[in-house]
Amino acid sequence: MNRPLLIENARLVDPASGTDARGAVLVENGVITDLALEGPIGVPDGAEVIDAAGHVLAPGLIDMRVFTGEPGKEYRETLQSAGEAAAVGGVTSFVMMPDTSPVVDDGALVDFLLRRGKATSKVNILPAAAITKGLRGEEITEFGLLQEAGAVCLTDGRSSIQSSALLRTAMSYAANYDMPIVHHLADRGLVGDGVMNEGFFATILGLKGIPREAETIPLARDLQLAALTGVRYHAAQISTASSAELVRAAKARHANVTAGVSINNLALNENDIGRYRTFFKLATPLRSEDDRQAMIEALRNGTIDTIHSDHDPQDSEVKRQPFAEASDGAIGLETLLAAALRLVHSGEVDLLSVLRAMTIRPAQILGLPSGRIARGAPADLILFDPDYPWQVSETAIRSRSRNTSFEGARLAGKVMRTIVGGQTVYLHTYTL
Amino acid sequence: MAEPTGGNVTQAGSSAGDFPPFRQRHLLSIADLKQHEIIDLLDRAERMVPVSRQERKTHPTLSGKTQINLFFEPSTRTQGSFEIAGKRLGALVMNMSVKSSSVSKGETLVDTATTLNAMRPDVIVVRHSAAGAVELLSQKVGCAVINAGDGAHEHPTQALLDALTIRRHKGRINGLTVAICGDIANSRVVRSNLLLLGALNVRTRVIAPRNLLPAGIEQLATEVFTDMRKGLEGADVVMMLRLQHERANGRMIPSVREYYRFYGLDADKLSHAKPDAIVMHPGPMNRGVEIDPAIADGPASVITDQVEMGVAVRMAVLDALLPAGDVR
Repeated sequence: MNRPLLIENARLVDPASGTDARGAVLVENGVITDLALEGPIGVPDGAEVIDAAGHVLAPGLIDMRVFTGEPGKEYRETLQSAGEAAAVGGVTSFVMMPDTSPVVDDGALVDFLLRRGKATSKVNILPAAAITKGLRGEEITEFGLLQEAGAVCLTDGRSSIQSSALLRTAMSYAANYDMPIVHHLADRGLVGDGVMNEGFFATILGLKGIPREAETIPLARDLQLAALTGVRYHAAQISTASSAELVRAAKARHANVTAGVSINNLALNENDIGRYRTFFKLATPLRSEDDRQAMIEALRNGTIDTIHSDHDPQDSEVKRQPFAEASDGAIGLETLLAAALRLVHSGEVDLLSVLRAMTIRPAQILGLPSGRIARGAPADLILFDPDYPWQVSETAIRSRSRNTSFEGARLAGKVMRTIVGGQTVYLHTYTL
Repeated sequence: MAEPTGGNVTQAGSSAGDFPPFRQRHLLSIADLKQHEIIDLLDRAERMVPVSRQERKTHPTLSGKTQINLFFEPSTRTQGSFEIAGKRLGALVMNMSVKSSSVSKGETLVDTATTLNAMRPDVIVVRHSAAGAVELLSQKVGCAVINAGDGAHEHPTQALLDALTIRRHKGRINGLTVAICGDIANSRVVRSNLLLLGALNVRTRVIAPRNLLPAGIEQLATEVFTDMRKGLEGADVVMMLRLQHERANGRMIPSVREYYRFYGLDADKLSHAKPDAIVMHPGPMNRGVEIDPAIADGPASVITDQVEMGVAVRMAVLDALLPAGDVR
């Protein structure tokens, strides 16, 4: 039995309750048992007391889109290394995409991942199961058995289902189990050989563009099918102003839909590609500054529900290539919070809204008890200094891959302590 | 049409003596060059033209230097042009043809660059099917790198040789109207030309069916046309582009015959340009697809002059990047 843990002198920020006040939290047996705002709190005998020094105490982040290398490509990332990277970044739970080798399309594999995650990872790993066998977009998987095994949602990861009929079937069937369908939006024909956002910048670089309609056309279809089937539908990541409009309209019609955005599409734009910097080669691609601004507005007005890292470890072999031939993806677990805080520091979004999209909203979508600071909730907490300046350095990266799109970036905001189930899994050590 | 005017017509008055040092380490794109550097290269090329016309075609400023031509996709004329240019300047020239790079095929581009770098060349001339590949390679080697065409990005020496050809035929570049017609979306020649001509205050027009025009092209060209006759109206220079056969099978355009009908350069369409307009083509030509054979081989055509100027320009670029006595 662990000692009770008291965190006091904190700025307690909990989007679930709208709290932003000084306070203290008591943790016993991995669960939040008491909290006090501006007042005293009962301290059990023998409790470990942590002085938060006025830093923000918030629910641990829940990242809805993380790719790992394990199983199959452990040289890119293992559950252990992903867990370490997550802990450093303040992510206490992440949804693991099924794009592994083998694909997570069978209940036995979900069970294995849950056990392996518990054994090797510092944070909670939540397996997502494939919608279609082998991510081939042809036959649906055993949703009920996958849910029983512990899959938190259904997604084909970075694949997008092209057949409307099959997607309708999947949505109808998923609704039986109230399982959320999380779908990546890419019309394969319109994406074609495209490697970045279509526009003047792609033209100047001589690179094939991906039109925004490659995202909005499948999104418009998906929203109609979601209304038709009544499924809980989550647009995995949107990136264009038109997509935000479509989601907003669907929500207004009471469709059961939510939407996510990658931190990359909130913090970066296509111009960051500069002269063929492949760490910025992403799917969904970085869009124009106007689209980025539209994403920020959509986050502000609640059209966008969640922010995720889109953590996608790729080794240097596949990234040190000409832009068109390089693999998509960037790591992001370690920079998710600090990159999101950029929006707070610039005054574009307030702290509660940014944290809401990384805590309580994903928890609600996935049906998790975490993501809040409330009595009885799991003690998945982070303590961070929102102003701590630091620079992203390749040598400090915990992920097994180094493909960060924030390489060398100066950020403000650092996680000082990450607590999962009442246990401290990361403690920042100051370098003097 | 004006006769070629020889070696003494320059845009910014001729530089009589030696040229000042060229400040660029590589030639990766026209976008990297300032106007005076473009003119400097054209003037240097002008001085190389007589070298190729004399009996002993040597100007051994690159004696003792090593030039590697690294071509990841086949190109008879560009590779040959660079080879002749290097040899006329006295360099040791080695041609390497490498099948298209891909991770799945083993050695990566970066591996190749590292290997070649260890052979201590002075300059590497690179052609690659991927935009940006030459730039990536330039970051991994210690010598000068010349872009001989990277995907749909740039082909800077082509734009320079086109400009030199125009200047010799028209006596100037500034103030002319140049119409470029064809597959604008997939052409590296267009990008380099629009950047270069734009830097020299040329009125540029692009002409193509809408689906062969890339996004934002109106920010790069002065005017954009889908009607060839209108686009050619009053043009001093008509630059035709090669149409890749794989685009003419109904995927991008319906057929070769329809393309030729609306975008092939024939006498009727050319009659809309100025009477003394010159016709250019980066080659190799598809006669009867983008250009009528009678025009290709007719009096307005300066296509073989472009080939000659290509050697002069490449000599000039090699000379500028590798000044005699420079130790790298």
